Amino acid sequence: MRYLPLSDTNRRDMLAAIGVGSVDELFRDLPKSALASAKFKLPNTASEIEVERALSKMAAKNLDCTKAPAFLGAGNYRHHTPASLDYLIQRGEFLTAYTPYQPEISQGTLQAIFEFQTQVALITGMEVANASMYDGATACAEAVAMAARVTKRSKALVSGTVHPHYRDVTATAMRFLDVDVDLLAPDPYGIEDLIGRIDNELACVVVQTPGFFGSLKDYTALADACHAAGALLVVCVTEPVALGLITPPGHIGADIVVGEGQSLAGPMSFGGPGVGLFATREKFLRQMPGRLAGETTDEEGRRGWVLTLSTREQHIRREKATSNICTNSGLIALAFSIHMTLLGEAGFVRLAELNHANTVLLAERLEKVKGVKVIPSTFFNEFAVALPKPAADVVEALAKRGILGGVPASRFYPTYPELQDVLLLSATETNTESDMDALVAALKEVL
Amino acid sequence: MTITTNSGNRGLQIEQPLIFEQNTKGDTAVDLPPIPQVRTRLGTMQRQGRIGLPGLSEPEVVRHYTRLSQKNYSIDTGFYPLGSCTMKHNPRLNEKMARLPGFAEIHPFQPVSTIQGAFELIDTCAAWLKELTGMVAVAMSPAAGAHGELCGLLCIRAAHEANGQGHRKVVLVPESAHGTNPATAALAGYTVEAVPATEDGHVDLEALKTKLSDQVAAVMITNPNTCGLFEKDAIAIAEAVHAAGAYFYMDGANYNAIVGRLKIADLGVDAMHINLHKTFSTPHGGGGPGAGPTVLSAKLAPFAPVPQVVKVGEGYDAVEHAGDPRSPQAFGRMKGYHGQFGVFVRAVSYMMALGADGLYQASGDAVLNANYIMARLSAELTPAFAGPCMHECVFDDRFLKGTGVSTLDFAKALIDEGFHPPTMYFPLVVHGALLIEPTETESKASLDQFIEAVLALAQKAKTGTAADEFRARPLLAPRRRLDETKAARKPVLRWKPIEGGAAPTVARQAAE
Repeated sequence: MRYLPLSDTNRRDMLAAIGVGSVDELFRDLPKSALASAKFKLPNTASEIEVERALSKMAAKNLDCTKAPAFLGAGNYRHHTPASLDYLIQRGEFLTAYTPYQPEISQGTLQAIFEFQTQVALITGMEVANASMYDGATACAEAVAMAARVTKRSKALVSGTVHPHYRDVTATAMRFLDVDVDLLAPDPYGIEDLIGRIDNELACVVVQTPGFFGSLKDYTALADACHAAGALLVVCVTEPVALGLITPPGHIGADIVVGEGQSLAGPMSFGGPGVGLFATREKFLRQMPGRLAGETTDEEGRRGWVLTLSTREQHIRREKATSNICTNSGLIALAFSIHMTLLGEAGFVRLAELNHANTVLLAERLEKVKGVKVIPSTFFNEFAVALPKPAADVVEALAKRGILGGVPASRFYPTYPELQDVLLLSATETNTESDMDALVAALKEVL
Repeated sequence: MTITTNSGNRGLQIEQPLIFEQNTKGDTAVDLPPIPQVRTRLGTMQRQGRIGLPGLSEPEVVRHYTRLSQKNYSIDTGFYPLGSCTMKHNPRLNEKMARLPGFAEIHPFQPVSTIQGAFELIDTCAAWLKELTGMVAVAMSPAAGAHGELCGLLCIRAAHEANGQGHRKVVLVPESAHGTNPATAALAGYTVEAVPATEDGHVDLEALKTKLSDQVAAVMITNPNTCGLFEKDAIAIAEAVHAAGAYFYMDGANYNAIVGRLKIADLGVDAMHINLHKTFSTPHGGGGPGAGPTVLSAKLAPFAPVPQVVKVGEGYDAVEHAGDPRSPQAFGRMKGYHGQFGVFVRAVSYMMALGADGLYQASGDAVLNANYIMARLSAELTPAFAGPCMHECVFDDRFLKGTGVSTLDFAKALIDEGFHPPTMYFPLVVHGALLIEPTETESKASLDQFIEAVLALAQKAKTGTAADEFRARPLLAPRRRLDETKAARKPVLRWKPIEGGAAPTVARQAAE
């Protein structure tokens, strides 16, 4: 087997050094009954060619977005990634290192985390960011748990503009921590009243920008109302490219910003692995979950970085930790950071402008299609449309024509009849105008 | 000795300022197509002012990260015997497979008819895990080991609540457990009670029995445990736990020692997470991403979280909502989308490559390597427990007694010898522990080189005159020991521009 270096001679010599006759003797503590009954109905070792063949065959059963005009978003976005990005994250020193517990020989990872923390803080407009969470949805749950710790309150209000998976994951996690989560109805038309629901028992209000259905709202007044009531404002961002063009949550009064970094980090990969972004204000630092890299000096006075404030974490605090998170999303955070570095300020802003411009072009085309109504008046690179028939059926019919024409809201909210005709459509820099023309032509056929 | 150079660099170890401190032209390394002129629809939410990001060219970025990478130790670089972390070789075939466009370039909410291959991949991964463990179901969405622990405990809590046992609020966790176990139990709304270990490094079965009651929801036991030993009493523990009406959660962090040899279902386990980034060779990536699929017994399976891939005739569908009649008792959702799909692809690539015979050989070699290290190092070091061990061996610091050298000093000296240190001071039940996990992907030559280095260091320490030298180690790494107290006392967690001045230049930085 090509991954196993020991020869039979090695094994014999090693057994002799140990003083046992066989490898089986080393397993003598395993229950004999369990050893005897273990029969595995699995294939034996396979060559590299055979594995490639089997997996390529499976992959080919999917209609991937390189083969079809695709307008899919809903929290997971297709962007172009520069060739140097995938090369750099495959350097073995990054790919095959562990969490940087030995800082003297982990300065590469630690400096990269420090730069990542800075980039996330800058684009969200916040003071500090951590080294990453699993994904946006789990980061959202961690934010609500943190708000409950900070305010010592146990109620949270979650807007209908928040991604449904973020809502579900948060509601699931909080149920077991006895935090009462009020999930408002999905809100494609922007009619919910958040401020009117704020009271002095609330730990936090959770909103999303751009909203799940696309719209861009000014939450300044909401932030003020939260703070007046002693509650925190948590803002989710599922598409960080938007932060190149829109007002960052930190500038409108957010206390915690969480998000998903996938869109800048690499391929969609069917939704995982992603990278959870988590940023907050300095005064809440000690209630923050997750790892942090901090600056210090070595014995020669040279600058370096270490993991710090670990008294918040499970390996020190055990059941009193701020979270149980250990392995997070290091490599995807690195990919996010490298892409941000490649883009720089100018590239990041231009990427955002290009996304927005393409999406405006898409909206303008769709507004001319009979029966289609673009719902939000403001948006970034995604918007909901109302169709004259069930969106799920339309999407299936478009797929038969080789077009991945958006995500039906009913995929997330099957029990809401008023959302059956709502479709989410997104355009990024990967979409051409001929893609859009193909979508419009096909849509006219199926509507 | 302090080596000085004009540049601050030391040969291949090149000082690299932060991206924010480099004098660059301030543009971008990404050229984009022209932007169509449109009337924007951003309303009042258009950003004002600069963000503050630097702008580098492509060659500068590639060099920046290449230099950073060279300051890292990695499995590709050398022997990485970090106990309980399973730093085994990460095959590049896995990376190649994860990058097939049919896996990488698919969206989680494409029409189900266009992602049948993705569901097949998840189902294939699940089928391997179920067959290897003998368990009836597996929840695929947990993102890492600790997340898998939470999945298991939430299934247990849901099962208790469904059976009118919701009053059970205690989880028993051995003293030797990973910190994630008690932290997870707290997140599931449970209180934690510790179970002592016996002198020989096992769970104290009699002490456990006295703690079992109708208040206990579950017992969490790592097996093989963090002392590197198989819990011989696993079946008796399971029987006692079940007799008390509680569930047996087995922490699968060390599953790599027994994979392909026995089915954990035969031990009476109700739930166990599997770290795909340990046992199944997916890369650790400097701290993730991992994946922690959690296998479940028949009693817990109905409560597994969504999403779940299900077979429908010849094809597949997914249960994506907790209220779905196909899974009416699912406790909810733990993670966005369909779990760590890209990690599943890598794990399947590895499982197919090894196969049943290869996995059997892999766990055998992992245990053989650990026992070989234990046997040979026992010439100078003091093993904490009698052998044989499983995939890792633990030494205490008795061999350093009176030398003035601490476990930390000893570990740091190994850095200068070109090795990643073992896990230090864990498990907590072993004084000054050194936990060594070689994995099966090391050659005998590599093990021998490590062993010779450790033996020589131990002999040196025992002379009783080398304490100062050990305390100064490492001297040859990119950095000497870093001041962690300073980092924590006044945390600097991000770069900030210097007030009223320009960012420091590369030359100034190097001179500091």
